[in-house]
Amino acid sequence: MTTKLFGTKVERSEDERFLRGRGRYVDDIGVGALHAAVLRSPHAHARILAIDVDAVLDVEGVHAVWTYDDLTGAMAEPLPLLIPHPALTHGRTQYALAKDEVNYVGEAIAFVVAEDRYIAEDALSAIRVDYEQLTPVVGIDNARAATHLVHDDVPGNIGARMEQENGDARAAIAAAPHTLTLDLTVERSACMPMEGRGTVARWDPDSSRLQVWTSTQTSTGVRAAVAAKLGLDLGQVDVITPDVGGGFGVKINHPWPEELLVPLAARALGRPVKFTEDRREHFISSAHERGQVQHIEVGFDDEGRLLGLDVMFWHDHGAYSPYGLIVPIITSTQLLGPYKPANYRVVFESLYTNTVMVTPYRGAGRPQGCYAMERTMDAIAAYLGKDRTEVRSANFIQPDEFPYAHGLVFQDGRPLTYDSGDYPASLEKIKALVGWDEFETFRAEMKAEGRTVGIGLACYVEGTGVGPYEGAHVHIETSGKVKVATGLTTQGQGHQTAFAQIVADELGVRFEDVEVVTGDTRRMPYAVGTFASRAAVMSGSAIHLAARKTKEKALRIAADALEASVEDLEIVDGVVSVRGTDASIDLGTVAVLSNPLRYAFDEASKAATQFSVGDPGKPPVAEGDEPGLEGKEFYSPERSTFASGMHAVIVETDPLTAEIKILKYAVVHDCGHLINPMIVEGQIHGGVAQGVGGALYERMAYDESGQLLNASFMDFLMPYATEVPDTIEIDHLETPSPLNPLGIKGAGEAGVIPSAAVFAAAIEDAEGFPITAMPISPSELYALRQQHPKEQS
Amino acid sequence: MTEEIHDVRLHVNGATYDVAVPARRLLSDAIRQDCGLTGTHVGCEHGVCGACTVLVDGRPMRSCLMFAVSAVDTEITTVEGLTNPDGSLGPVQQAFKECHGLQCGFCTPGFLTTITAGIAENPSPTRDEAREMISGNLCRCTGYQNIIKAVERAAELSS
Repeated sequence: MTTKLFGTKVERSEDERFLRGRGRYVDDIGVGALHAAVLRSPHAHARILAIDVDAVLDVEGVHAVWTYDDLTGAMAEPLPLLIPHPALTHGRTQYALAKDEVNYVGEAIAFVVAEDRYIAEDALSAIRVDYEQLTPVVGIDNARAATHLVHDDVPGNIGARMEQENGDARAAIAAAPHTLTLDLTVERSACMPMEGRGTVARWDPDSSRLQVWTSTQTSTGVRAAVAAKLGLDLGQVDVITPDVGGGFGVKINHPWPEELLVPLAARALGRPVKFTEDRREHFISSAHERGQVQHIEVGFDDEGRLLGLDVMFWHDHGAYSPYGLIVPIITSTQLLGPYKPANYRVVFESLYTNTVMVTPYRGAGRPQGCYAMERTMDAIAAYLGKDRTEVRSANFIQPDEFPYAHGLVFQDGRPLTYDSGDYPASLEKIKALVGWDEFETFRAEMKAEGRTVGIGLACYVEGTGVGPYEGAHVHIETSGKVKVATGLTTQGQGHQTAFAQIVADELGVRFEDVEVVTGDTRRMPYAVGTFASRAAVMSGSAIHLAARKTKEKALRIAADALEASVEDLEIVDGVVSVRGTDASIDLGTVAVLSNPLRYAFDEASKAATQFSVGDPGKPPVAEGDEPGLEGKEFYSPERSTFASGMHAVIVETDPLTAEIKILKYAVVHDCGHLINPMIVEGQIHGGVAQGVGGALYERMAYDESGQLLNASFMDFLMPYATEVPDTIEIDHLETPSPLNPLGIKGAGEAGVIPSAAVFAAAIEDAEGFPITAMPISPSELYALRQQHPKEQS
Repeated sequence: MTEEIHDVRLHVNGATYDVAVPARRLLSDAIRQDCGLTGTHVGCEHGVCGACTVLVDGRPMRSCLMFAVSAVDTEITTVEGLTNPDGSLGPVQQAFKECHGLQCGFCTPGFLTTITAGIAENPSPTRDEAREMISGNLCRCTGYQNIIKAVERAAELSS
């Protein structure tokens, strides 16, 4: 009997090629291609007066150079505003190559194609640009002050102002027995995948078709954009996402200028063209996230119950807004976490600055929202002198209250309605896992040794698996091998393995016989993309449904061949048999029989020719049926599913150097049923590491002129193995989602969401004064100690 | 301007590659583009991330910080050369598979070469030594816990 693979730690089938150096990333593709390089603005805000490219073509090995003036038609229009929203009254996007002005250091100005990247970069230095420098707007404070504007036609630098309210928060606060006000900040960070962006394009003049390989989180999105911008029919464009060296959100934005310019150049030059982003380019011309300033007013009762919560925040949008308001909308809604304030109002302003644009980074606004809410919970507990877990308990949505409607609209335009969860059970688990109730004893022991420790806790709810849909195609070949395609992309999540587990279980075939392809528009042209922890939920469900459909067809054909009824059949290891008999037929033969042939091409196919199968009195392919043993299905849920979890950390702060050391890190995680616990735990590990980076190390150091001072791995401090917890204690709770057939919820972003909140809480607990700005470095903690001399023991 | 081209003989994974390169061509680019061994990845081009690490005469080197012309007369080992003679996964590769030591796989070749050299030098690393062994390589996916486990497992498999 085939063992059920769903829920087990299956080793990853993709590892074999990665470990042998046989992965295929974009830069591994296109041998012999010409290489592109991009001239980028050295100024954060300037008018372009003139561009002189005459000297470029004198550089030996240069094939072409483009500036804005060379672009025509749709290519000369601004890049798409991907997610329009009524509140985004002043959406602005850049041009593929800057027209008249530049708005951040790194904005693309000219595009050179040469024999190799070295020559292309030589050529960039031969381009002369005359600028008139304008005053840059850097940072949220300057954007709000609006003494200078990023875009002349955007008053106050305000791209959007949005408000949502459930109840009357201000009245509730005015009437509340206790009130508090908090002012918080979170700085910028970025995804920083180890592989930057990259695109290869090949134009085939014989068939008038364009093939594009790109390191993206959405093949279909890039395909639609390339076709529209280059004036091609969709059917002329294939976009293939090969192996991707990490995404974490930044590669969902599209099309990047290079994703259009590379295909344009390939078509114009009749040669394959490649662009591979280098690390400095990734820092200054991809996207960042996280930067917010928050003002919170809260009214509560003696138990700490939230009577009214009124949040205003300012979101740093960078120079442009191609991804709309997704990040601040998520902050404003997911801020609520597992709690149910009686009245809630949230207002945000999304502000332009002369810095790299902001699009989702793993968590996508949730870390900031979690930070706002959890800092508030801690402040209430401190004010009332209550245990921090008690205040949280008093505000939890209870297990019998699901589905729970918050009365707000979520990022997908659907009601913010939680499907399922059990927050009290999670709290009990995290308390046990981290040793919450024993901590005061531990603190006393440490204090006796002259050591300072603190404990923090943070809870989150994450809307995962947002729509609109994903699809899957399952095809059983005559060899018995199963070919599966889904359109969303993969950047390290082990989809090849997890999706094959689902198919193997549903079809009754061997795991080794299932091959999964993602992100190839030739195989599945209808898809959305990989973001918002949606791949397992969306494609996992679609694949499950497509496998089921394929199985139904296989059983129908096999029943006919075996002269048995479908109910008596079972499929084990790719063989259909009549239970309790020797009668059987393998799926490969069923596939042969599913396709009535005129021509035999091998021994097996002789069984399916028109003289050997079928009832002469009926059409060879029945009405409503199709030849072939395959099935296609789409999954489109009514709304998102909501995963949840809690993190706790124990830190030690050095009394002298203010260094922050992690002593224990614990995670309780509820993403419904787990397809592969090994992969889920890997996602948590990686998320926690990024969270540690975001809480303690990573920030974008812009100076007042808009130069990013730390645009290298030398200066932007990403955690190495020495900065992360040695072990992460993980406990799972499995509250299945009622919204999909597998009962799953997304897991990709969870690890990073509570980090800023949980570290701020633990450091505050250790030090005895409020932590209101994250990330926090030892020198900042040291400075805070100087401001709070009394609290120090 | 015409660049001077140098004829260089590189020895990679026991094979010989005669390449013609300008003096400024990085070893990482020569390995990837001239030798066609794309398993070695470039993550930062300034020697910080370690993704491009190869073994030069058995010692881990950042191939983005070395010129191809300076690799003459050395024996270079890349990720493609870490398998067992029978073609099965080598001990470090096998350990990564068992311990789920990789996700997107982009940084992995640099870890595999680094650990191969590390275990050759210290066949039985402690947990702290295992962490130290990989502390110069960046990974953005795994959080490192499983990579450290893989170092310990690789040491077991190698003994």
